[in-house]
Parts: sequence; C-alpha cells; structure tokens
Amino acid sequence: MYIAVKGGERAIEASLRLLDAARRGDRALPALQAPQLREQLGLLVDRVMAEASLYDPDLAALAIQQARGDSIEAVFLLRAYRTTLPRWGFSQPVDTAAMRVRRRVSAIFKDLPGGQLLGPSFDYTQRLLDFGLLQGDPAVDAAPSAAAEPDPGVALSDSVPSPLQLLADEGLIEPCLPSPGDPEPPDITRDPPAHPLPRSARLQMLARADEGWVLGMGYSTQRGYAFTHPFVGELRHGTVALEIVPPELGFAVELGEIALTDCQMVNQFVGSATQPPQFTRGQGLVFGHGERKAMAMSLVDRVLRASEFDEELTSPAQDPEFVLPHGDNVEASGFVQHLKLPHYVTFESELQMIRALREEKAE
Amino acid sequence: MTAGYNFAYLDEGTKRMIRRALLKAVAVPGHQVPFGSREMPLAYGWGTGGIQVTAAVIGAADVLKVIDQGSDDTTNAVNIRRFFARTTGVATTERTAEASIIQTRHRIPERPLVEGQILVYQVPQPEPLYKLEPRRTETRKLHGFAEYGLMNVKLYEDIAQWGRIDVSYDYPVRVHGRHVMSPSPIPAFDNPKMHQMPALQLFGAGREKRLYAIPPYTDVHSLDFEDHPFRIEPQGHACVLCGCTTSFKDEVPMDDGSTQWTCSDTDHCRSVQAGHEAEAV
Repeated sequence: MYIAVKGGERAIEASLRLLDAARRGDRALPALQAPQLREQLGLLVDRVMAEASLYDPDLAALAIQQARGDSIEAVFLLRAYRTTLPRWGFSQPVDTAAMRVRRRVSAIFKDLPGGQLLGPSFDYTQRLLDFGLLQGDPAVDAAPSAAAEPDPGVALSDSVPSPLQLLADEGLIEPCLPSPGDPEPPDITRDPPAHPLPRSARLQMLARADEGWVLGMGYSTQRGYAFTHPFVGELRHGTVALEIVPPELGFAVELGEIALTDCQMVNQFVGSATQPPQFTRGQGLVFGHGERKAMAMSLVDRVLRASEFDEELTSPAQDPEFVLPHGDNVEASGFVQHLKLPHYVTFESELQMIRALREEKAE
Repeated sequence: MTAGYNFAYLDEGTKRMIRRALLKAVAVPGHQVPFGSREMPLAYGWGTGGIQVTAAVIGAADVLKVIDQGSDDTTNAVNIRRFFARTTGVATTERTAEASIIQTRHRIPERPLVEGQILVYQVPQPEPLYKLEPRRTETRKLHGFAEYGLMNVKLYEDIAQWGRIDVSYDYPVRVHGRHVMSPSPIPAFDNPKMHQMPALQLFGAGREKRLYAIPPYTDVHSLDFEDHPFRIEPQGHACVLCGCTTSFKDEVPMDDGSTQWTCSDTDHCRSVQAGHEAEAV
C-alpha cells in the first residue's frame, strides 16, 4: 500500500547533508573563506547588506557563502539574524554632505565646487572579458602597495555646497525638508505598514527593496508609465560617520563609519495651483556601493510623490500599494516558493468542484 | 532547548506585543488586527504567522501538535514541530485529543475540539476581499462600514453563471454577524466546524502582518443566499485504511492507474483503525 509523504524528518536531515556537500563543491579546490568574499565580491556583499537592512560586511559575506551565492537567500539569512538583535535606539541622521567621497558625479553642471571625482567605476570599462584573471591578478598583486591601497577618499566640507544647494538658493528647487514625524520615523521592521505610508517609511522600504524590482519600476517611469523628467543632480559614494546620542551623555558619540551611496535626482515640475514651477527631488540612499539601486530608488521615490504634486495617477510605479509590498524579495521569494509545499487538500477541493461543474454541464 | 535563544525563539517584548494584538482580535472577532510581524527563520508563506502566534501563546506545560494538509508527517509540519521542540522543549503529540495547541495549515481536525484547546491557523492572505479589491486602504473602509456588496455580487454572479458558488477552499465566512473573514485555505468541507467551536481559534498572517481570532462559541456562517444555502458535498469515497466515509479524503493516484482514497487527517484515520481493532478483540 502506498502512503504519501512518510518519513519527513529523515528526508529533511538527508537533504541538509546534501546541501552542505553541494555548497562545498569540488573538494580538490581550496575552500572559500568569508573574508575573501568580503574583499573580492564587495558589491555583492553591499547588495546583501542593503536588502537585509543590516550593515555588517563580515556577516553578509558569511551569509553569501552559506547561501551558495544566492543573494536573496543570503538576504534572508541576514534578516533572520537581524530580527533577533535588540534595538538600542536611533542614530543621528547621517550627513551625506560631509561624506568622505570615493566617487562623486553630477550630470547637471560641467564642473562644480568640489569637482567631479570618477573613483572606481565600471562606467567606462569596455566589457571585454579579462582572460588574464584566470591566471590570477598579477598586475594588481605586483603593483606598489600604495596604488593597491583603498582610495582614502576626499572629505567634502560643509562649506562646499551641493549642486542642488546652488539651485535651492535661487528658489529653483523645492527645499529639502525633513518628513513629518522626524526625527523619529516609523520603523518598518517593527510597525505593521498602514497605507498610505509617510515618505520616511516609503524610503525605508525602497532602501531594502529588491534591486531588480526597483530598477524595473524606475525604468518604467522612463518609458512613459508616469513621467519624472529626471536629471542626476548628484551621485556620491563614500563613507560617513555614524553618531548616536546616549541618553546618559546628552551629546553625540561617533560609533564608526559606514559606506553609503546617495543619489539626488532633480526632476522637472511645471507647477500646480498651489505650487510654483520648480525642480523637485527624488532621493536614493543605500548601504555600500550601489549606484544602480540608489538611482532607481530616487526615480521611484519621486514618482511615488505624485499626489503631493497633484499629478495624474496613471501608472503602476505611482501606486505605493503596488510598488512597496511587492519589492520585498524575502517576502516575495517565500510566498512564491511556498507553492512547493503540499496543497493536496485545496487541490482536491478544486478537483471536486471541476468534476461537479463538468458533470452539470454534460447533463 | 537551543542555547542562546529565548523560550519559543521570540523575545518576551515581541511575544507581549503579539498577545496584546491577539486580545484585541478576540475582542473583535473576525477583525484583522495589524501587528509588528517579525522576520522569522522560516520562509514567508511557510507559516511565519502561525509560528509567531504559537510562540506568543505557548507555555512550558503545553502539548503541541502541528499538521499540514491534516497530517503530522508532512515535511513542513515536521519542520515546524521540530522548531518548537528545539526552542521550547515542550511535549509534542500527533493526537488531537492530547494537544493543548494545534497549529494547522489547510485543515481543521476531524475530531471535535474541546474547551481549553487552541487552534492556530497559518494564513497566507487574511483579506477576504483581495481578489475583488486589492488596495488595503479600500478594503479597510469596506470592513469598517460592513460594506460587503462586492462579495455578494461575486457570489451571485457565480450562481448566475455556474449554478453554484465557485469557491471550494478559503470559502469566506461571516463572524458573529459582523466581519467577513477568510477561514484560511481550508476546504469548504471544514467550514461548519468553525461555528460554535468550543476551542479558541487564532489566525496568523506573518507576511501580511495581520492577526485575527474567533473566540469559543462564536457564530461562524459561510456566506450564502436564502435560496442557495451553503452546503458541503460528500466526496463519496471510503478510506482504504480505515473505511471512514465521512472524513475529508486525499486522492492518491496509484502506479497501476487506479485511485485510492485515504483520510487527510492522519490522527483521525489512526483512531478509527484502532477502534476497529478494539471491536475485533
């Protein structure tokens, strides 16, 4: 007699052993170490930290190794760890104007105070496979140590205005004001979302949304599904100081530095009954070096502000109830893949229904 | 128990937050209460809501049963039971009668539950109106005004088109004459068991961050019309293992092309078989 799905516990244990073996791969090759991933797959580490909303390059590298390079699985591992951590409080808002930049470009002025700084970028590579890497990385390894050291970055002082500040001084762009509710924004990992969400909650959800999803949503606004008329006001990547104010002390203490990518998108706006014609802003801010994500996020942030500017709602990217919940790749991945779980009770109910409907039709 | 984790995995502050939301849910039967759903170490869609509810209400003296599709032995049920065995050390059981908490996916046990038992449902989609109105800003208002015209029209159109209501599982119910509620994807066959159930019924939707509840002895009516009353149709098969004709059956295609029918509720099947053996002695 056939009895369905018995011995689940033993099957699970065997599956876990197979998973370990598959992760290790060919044992003739040396095993990866998480620090190698952290150093040599840094952009993947950054992406996992951003989508997990946990800044810890070492644990992100470990998660990537454990997940066999599946970035969404790594995000899941890191979030499941993050959820067990106590929350001590909020940091002070980070000051990206005081960032030690490794890269900074503006597309709206040819040159600007502080200058354009190309930094490490794929933008002007010619996308030819470098077969030499198969033999190791002798050119970099042999270079004098000074050249191989990370760029120390340039601190842009507060006195150097951001290119958007030049526009703001003329009243040509909307002022950059804190969202209502600041300085204590909602915490999307603690408070259930109640739509419509304030911008601070929307930005939190976008910052850890799936990069591919945000990219697609942002791209859709460039192809006629809503319009944003965007210009990159400024895109910068570098490190900023993170400060907290312990209640016992009452003044800010620096905890350390984190790497961020910040995109300030400038968008045309022809004005409305209540607002004069001026440029408006979309912002993208992500952990690590993630220019694609930060830029796409700034497009989506702006398009989600449609009702603020009395813009006509015509497109999916303008609908926060569509864009935001569906961008969470851990939720999406879980729910799509839960279809693997047994559904034979519901399927049997459907079978019964279909058979009955067919019988009635045949009669 | 696994070292380094609190009893039942969640910290006490989180469990208290969930219990407060559950108290509100019990006070307003069938109403979806938002809660600060946590990221769990199991995937969304695999029971994170039910697990959080169970974690919030379980105590050291509880006896836990976990079923998926009515069975204790499906891999997901095994995994969740293992999770709680590791993180709480409580006794687990496969017997419905012995359990103080039963976490379930897609079924209500055949054996009538009794006072003092808690049935925890895993819920994928707590909003019964989502196929008719996906915007939660709107459905919240519809529930607030008890405006269920959309749902009535859908059911009416089913009858007009098919001569019957085209819903075989997750069949919507009205709780104590007020809120329309998703019973989770249990077969419509199980819906009548919810009505005036002596046990407490708790529902957890982790991904959607909603909880709801049906207190003991509450009216739960499957939506219908006076001239088209809700009814469940017997599958018309006997279990090949125990001979029961009244339980919900799994349909099992065999290698030779034939079909066998077995009880979906494995504890029910086992106890009916044990009853036969007792009679035979």
